[in-house]
Amino acid sequence: MLHRGSSLGSALGSFCLLVSALGVAVEPAGAQNAAPAAAAVKLGIVSFLTGPAAAPFGIPGRNGAEIMIEAMNAGKVPAPFDKVGFGGSKVEAKYIDETGSAANVVTEFRNLVQRDQVDAVVGYVSSGSCLAVTPVAEELKALTVLYDCGTPRIFEEKPRTYVFRVSPHATMDNVAAARYLLARKPDTSSYSGINQNYAWGQDSWRDFAGAMQVLAPKITVDKILFPKLFAGEYGAEISTLLTSKSQVLHTSFYDGDLEAFLYQEQARALDKRMTIIATTGEAAIWRLRDKMPNGTIIGGRGPNGPLAPDSELNRWFQKIYSDRYNVPPTYPAYQMAMSLLGLKLAYEKAQKGEAKPTTDDVAAAFKGIEFEGPSGKVKLAIGDGHQGVSETAYGTYRFNKEKNEPEIVDIMRFPAECVNPPAGINADDWIKEGMKGAKC
Amino acid sequence: MLTAFAILVDGLVYAAYLFIVAIGLTLIFGVMKILNVAHGSFYTFGAYGAATAVGIYFDRGLPDAGGFLLMAVFAMALGLALGLILERGVMRLVYGRDEVVMVLVTYAAFLILEDVVILIWGPGSYATYQPLLAAGNVEVGELILSNYDLGLIVIAALLAATSYWALKFTRYGRLLTAVIFDRETAAAFGINVRVVYTVTFVIGAMLGALGGAIMAPKIAVTLGIGVEVIVLAFAVVAIGGMGSIEGALLGALIVGICRAAAVHLVPQIELFVIYGVMALVLLIRPHGLFVRAQPRKI
Amino acid sequence: MARHGRIAASSAFLAAAAAAFVLPDWMISLATIAFANGLVVLGLIVLWRAGLVSFGQALYYCIGAYAVALVGRWTGVSDAVALVLIGGISAGLVSFVVGFLLARYREIFFAMLSLALSMILYGVLVKTESLGSTDGFSVIVPTFFGYAPHQDGLLVALYWLVLAVCAMAALLVDAYFRSVAGALAVPVRDNEIRVEFLGMSVSRLIHTKLVISGVLGGLGGALAALAVGHVDPNMSYWTTSGEFVFITILAGAGSVGPAFVGSLLFESVRSFAFAILPQLWQMLLGSVLLLTILFLPQGLGSLITRLRWRRKVEAP
Repeated sequence: MLHRGSSLGSALGSFCLLVSALGVAVEPAGAQNAAPAAAAVKLGIVSFLTGPAAAPFGIPGRNGAEIMIEAMNAGKVPAPFDKVGFGGSKVEAKYIDETGSAANVVTEFRNLVQRDQVDAVVGYVSSGSCLAVTPVAEELKALTVLYDCGTPRIFEEKPRTYVFRVSPHATMDNVAAARYLLARKPDTSSYSGINQNYAWGQDSWRDFAGAMQVLAPKITVDKILFPKLFAGEYGAEISTLLTSKSQVLHTSFYDGDLEAFLYQEQARALDKRMTIIATTGEAAIWRLRDKMPNGTIIGGRGPNGPLAPDSELNRWFQKIYSDRYNVPPTYPAYQMAMSLLGLKLAYEKAQKGEAKPTTDDVAAAFKGIEFEGPSGKVKLAIGDGHQGVSETAYGTYRFNKEKNEPEIVDIMRFPAECVNPPAGINADDWIKEGMKGAKC
Repeated sequence: MLTAFAILVDGLVYAAYLFIVAIGLTLIFGVMKILNVAHGSFYTFGAYGAATAVGIYFDRGLPDAGGFLLMAVFAMALGLALGLILERGVMRLVYGRDEVVMVLVTYAAFLILEDVVILIWGPGSYATYQPLLAAGNVEVGELILSNYDLGLIVIAALLAATSYWALKFTRYGRLLTAVIFDRETAAAFGINVRVVYTVTFVIGAMLGALGGAIMAPKIAVTLGIGVEVIVLAFAVVAIGGMGSIEGALLGALIVGICRAAAVHLVPQIELFVIYGVMALVLLIRPHGLFVRAQPRKI
Repeated sequence: MARHGRIAASSAFLAAAAAAFVLPDWMISLATIAFANGLVVLGLIVLWRAGLVSFGQALYYCIGAYAVALVGRWTGVSDAVALVLIGGISAGLVSFVVGFLLARYREIFFAMLSLALSMILYGVLVKTESLGSTDGFSVIVPTFFGYAPHQDGLLVALYWLVLAVCAMAALLVDAYFRSVAGALAVPVRDNEIRVEFLGMSVSRLIHTKLVISGVLGGLGGALAALAVGHVDPNMSYWTTSGEFVFITILAGAGSVGPAFVGSLLFESVRSFAFAILPQLWQMLLGSVLLLTILFLPQGLGSLITRLRWRRKVEAP
C-alpha cells in the first residue's frame, strides 16, 4: 500500500509521533530526577551485561562493583578505605550494558552524564568503547575511570584531563609473558600464535612478537593464526598447529573462545606438544578447572586472583566476593575494585571538610595517585599521571588433584618499570626500539 | 601430502558443522519462503539444553553413549516445544503478509528469546566438554584427529542422506516438495498447506536445536552463540539455492574446504572466505547453485 | 495536497530545530544520531518500494563515515558541510560501481550479496591495523564555515546540520517519488517484465535507486561519524544493516516522514530499555517490534494514513 506524496495530515501526524517519541525518551529522565539527591555520590557503572563478553568480563566487573560499593557504604573496607561511601557520602550505582555500536555506547554515556547526572562513570571492557567515550568524557568534563580495556592509545593520542585508568594497559601482559617464557623455557626455538582477528588479538600478538624479537631474536616464529572473533570452531587451526614444529603457543583468547579452543585442542592432544601461554587465562581457571592443561602459562592482566600478592586487603576482597557469588573473583573484578578504590581515594583527598568536591578537584587529586589495593601497589605514573602502572605476575597452571583446586605455581613477579613503557613514549615505539629503560 | 589430507579433513569437519546448522534453515526457507532469524535461537536453546543434559548425566559413572543420546533427545525436545510455540503462537498471526515482514517477526522473536535464555540459564557460560573428550582421538601420522569431529562428519552425512530419502521417497516428503515448488498449486490439489507449514517449521526448529546440541561440547555455551551462526547459515543457504538440501550440502562443502585451505595456506584471507565464496557463487549462478526451474509469470 | 504536505513537513522540521533550545543535551545528541540513521532508512525505503531489501546499507554508512574520518585525519579539513558532502559522494561513487553488479539480483540473493559486500569491507577494515582495526579511531571536531563551536554550541550546530540535510533529502526524495522514475518503483516490484515491455529499462531504474540509497547511506554515515566522534569497522557489520532494515519495516514504505520518526522512536525505545532493564533490554525491544508488526502491519506510516482515511471518509 503506497501513497503518492506526503500530505498535510501525514506531516502533522509525523510531527505528533516525533513529540510522543521524545516523550518516551523523557520518561526515564523524569523517574531519575524524582530520586532524592541528598549527599549521595552517583556512579554510572558500564560493562557487558549481555553478549559473549558478559560472562568472562562484564559480569565479574559488575559484581566487583556491587560488592565493593556495598562494603564501602557500610564502612567495612579495611583501612585506609574505611570511610563510609566516598568521604562519608553513600554511593549509588547505576548499571548500564556496554553492548551495542560506538554510537550506542556514546549515547548511553551521554545519558549517564547529562540525563542521570552521575558524578563519575566507571566502566568499559572493550577498547573500542573506551576510545569512543574518552573524547566525549573530555568534552563533557565528566570524570571517567576506565576499568578493563587494554589499549595504550587512550593516553598516548592526546593528554586527558578527566579520564583515568587505574588498571595497567595490555602491553604489560605480553612483554611479561615473553620474559616469563624466556626465564622458564630458555631452550625454546620456535613459537606460534593464535589470536582473535581484531584489535585486541592483533595488538597482543604484535606486543608479544615484538618483545620476543627484542629479547631473543634467534627464536623463530612459525604459524601466525588469526581466526575470526567468536569463531568457536578451531579444527583447521589445531590441525595447522599439530603440523608445526613450535614448542610454544601464544594466545590472547579469552574465556568463550579460550574454553572452546582448549576443549578442542585437548581432544587432539595439542597441549602435549606445545606449551600454551594464555595471557588472560586467569579469568578462566575456576571454570575450566582440570580441563585447563597443566603447564599452561597463565597471565591475569596484572597481579590479580591467585597472582595477587598476599595481603589483608586481598584476602578480605576474595572472601566477600566468594561468599556472595560462590566463585573466587577473577581479574575483571579486581580491576573494578582497584578502579573504585582509586576513585574513592581521589575523592577523599580532594574533599575539604564535609562538602562535596568538584569534578575538577577530584581530577586534580586523582592525577598521579599512588595506593595499594587487593592487586597490590599501583601508581598512575604514565600518561601524564592518568595511566596506572603496577608490577605484574605470571605463573604456571597446575590442577591440584588432592585439594581438587586450581593452582598457579612458579609465580614470577616483574616490577612495573620492567614491563611498562616509561612516561613519555608510546608502548609500540618502546617495544620496537628495544624496550629501553626497562629495569628488571 | 599431510597438509592436503589435513585440509580435506578440516574442510569436511567445518562443512559438517555448517550443514548441520544450515539444514533446518534451508528447509524452512524452501517451504515457507521465510528467512528465519530465530534459527539462531533454536541453535542457542539446543546448545543450552545439551549443557543442562550433560550436566545432569555425565560424571555419574553412567555409560557415555547414553549421554550423547540424552543430549540429542533433550535438545530436540526443546526444539519441538520452541518451534510449536513460535509457529502456532506468533508466525500464524502474520501469514500472508509481505515476506520481509515475516523475517522481521522472526527477528523480534530472536531478540525476545535471547533474553529468555538469560532468564532461564543466567548470563554465565556452561561447559559441556564431556562428550567431546569422552570420544577420544585417533592418530594419523603427525596429525591427531578427534573422534567427535569424525562423528560430526558421519552425522552430517546421515542427516543429508535421511533428508534426501525423506523428501524423495516418503509421502510427506513429496508433499513438502510440492509445496516448495508451488504453494498455490499444491493447495489447489488439496494439500493442507497450513499443516505442512507447521510441521516444517517444527522440524526445522528441531534440526536447529540438534545443531546447537551437537556443537555444544566443542564450544563454550554462552550468550551470543546464536548470532554468528545465523549469518553462516544464511550464507550457506544463499550459496546452495532456495530450499535445496543438495545445495546446502554442496555449499557447506565448498565453504568448508575453502576455509580449511585458507587457514593452512593463506591465513590472512580466512576472514573473507565465506563472503568471498558467496559473492563468487552468486556472480556465476545468481540464484544459487541448485535452482528450481521457475516459470516466468507474465 | 502535495504543497500543503511540503509546507507541513517543513514546519515540522523547523519545529524540531527550534526544539533545540528547550530540549536537554542528551536528547539532542540522541535525536542527532537518530536522524542521521533516518537518512539511511530513507535510502532503504527507496529500495523497498521497488521490492528490494538491502542487507548491506552498512557498506555505504561505513564508507561515508570513514571518508569523513580519513579526510579529517589526513588533510585536516574540518568543515562539516564539506565533510558530509565528501562522505555522501564517496558512498555514491561506490554504489554506482557496485550497482552494475547488484542491479541484476533480486530477493534474498540481492540481500545476501549486499551483505557479503559490506562484510568484505568489514574484513578489510579489521585487517588494517594502521586504522586501528576494530578499535577504530576518532573523528576530527567539525567546524562550520570557519566558526568552531564547543560543547553545547557544537551539539546544537550538528543537530541543525543533520536536520538541514534530512530536510533537503526528504524534499528531494519526495520529489523523486512523485516523478515518473520514482512512481515506477511499485510496478517494478509487482511485475518487472511488463515494465520492460513498456520500454523502460528496469536495471537502469534499479541502478538509479541503488545510487540514491548509496548516497543517502553515505550522508547518514558521515553525519553519524561527526555526531559520535568515532568510527570503527562495526559500522560495516551486518547487524548494523539489520538494524536499519528493522527501522525501515517499522516505519513502513509509505512516505518519507516515518523514516525519521521511526528512527527516533527506535533510538528512544532502545535507550529506554537500557535504562530500565539493563540485562533484558533485547526482550523489550523485540516485544515492541512484535507488537508494532502485529498491530501496525504497514509500519508507522500507516498510522498516519489511517487517521487521514478516517477524516476523508467523514467529510460529507
